[in-house]
Amino acid sequence: MQTVKMVVTGPFNSGKTQFIRAISEIDVVSTERKISSDPEKVKDETTVAMDFGRITVDDDLILYLFGTPGQKRFDFMWEILSEGMLGFVVLIDSARPETFREARRILEVFRGYAPTPYVVAANKQDAPDAWLPEDLRIALKIPDDVKVLPCVATGKESVKSILLELLYSILEEMDAEGIEEEA
Amino acid sequence: MTGYVGFLTSMLLKNGKLPVEQARVIQQRAKDSDDKRLAMILIQNGYVSKEDVVQSVTRYVQEIVFRLFTWTQGSFFFEPDKQPDQGRITVPIELGNVIMEGSRRVQEWERLQDELPDLDMALKFTDHPDAKLRNISLSPEEWKIISYVKPTNSIRQIAKVHSMNDFQIRKTVYGMLQAGLVELIRPPNMVVPAAEAATRGARIQRATAPAVKRGIINRLIDRIKRL
Repeated sequence: MQTVKMVVTGPFNSGKTQFIRAISEIDVVSTERKISSDPEKVKDETTVAMDFGRITVDDDLILYLFGTPGQKRFDFMWEILSEGMLGFVVLIDSARPETFREARRILEVFRGYAPTPYVVAANKQDAPDAWLPEDLRIALKIPDDVKVLPCVATGKESVKSILLELLYSILEEMDAEGIEEEA
Repeated sequence: MTGYVGFLTSMLLKNGKLPVEQARVIQQRAKDSDDKRLAMILIQNGYVSKEDVVQSVTRYVQEIVFRLFTWTQGSFFFEPDKQPDQGRITVPIELGNVIMEGSRRVQEWERLQDELPDLDMALKFTDHPDAKLRNISLSPEEWKIISYVKPTNSIRQIAKVHSMNDFQIRKTVYGMLQAGLVELIRPPNMVVPAAEAATRGARIQRATAPAVKRGIINRLIDRIKRL
């Protein structure tokens, strides 16, 4: 049995838990706790350790999805969760530009952990004041070769398309590095 | 004392709230009492306080969870909302703090493994003692180790003599190395198997960049499309 993992990261309240819930075949094992500090009271609960979802591919292969805690004081978990990941998704709340700087910081930290492919998901595209993905690319100075994709993390099809794009990016990187299939 | 591991008496003993002999006698006399009843009896008779009981149970449970944090492999079964038997004592534990402390211990453990990767190495007293050694004070654990420091004793053997686990021996030896008291040396006749060295290298490589074949990515793509 082989297991592979992908990490879903992003700032506080960017939709990471919803993203994993939308696609996981098991009830997401979540470590959400009531929020006590006022500045973060935009929602009632937040993830303190990780969210954990699973997609069984077949008898020999399982994909695990790990969602990182969004609050800065739990960022010591990030490196632990990122170990051995295939790639990662950076989720951004497109309607809250005040979180873009933090998203950029998270992206750079994760790039530092491992040179694995990643995509940026411009979440909450159904919000009336959501920034468009291409505007987000400019605001966050994301290189042209990195995909910035529209996303609504509550929708399964949207989440599927993000994960597929990440997998295509992984294949593209394999092509670029000339990784051959074992005979 | 192994007959009642996990029960109140062993928790109080481990936390230094009961002497060994007293714990043994209490356990024998109260073998038909559950933990809650036993706690009431001990508190009423002045052997321990309520705070002692709560603190001992909390520490005991936390130590189990912290040990789980250091697992690198193994299986566990998670049963949400499952309560222990009615007679067992339960205590509220703040999840965020447990995770923070557990994570700190993982990092400490990884650091100790990096600094002292091979417990088959031996120790010798340094040939060039530093001036700071004049004022050194040793912990009880360090004193235990001192008498066994010689090139023929591996660190693993010293740990076994004192019933110290890998974490305890690494932590203590690391402190002695940092203090400039001892040096690491290869014991006579020690051979590092080439296969083991290669496996270690491969393990480190996997941690940073998993070697995944194109076929696996294609299977993942097919599966997600079918969801």
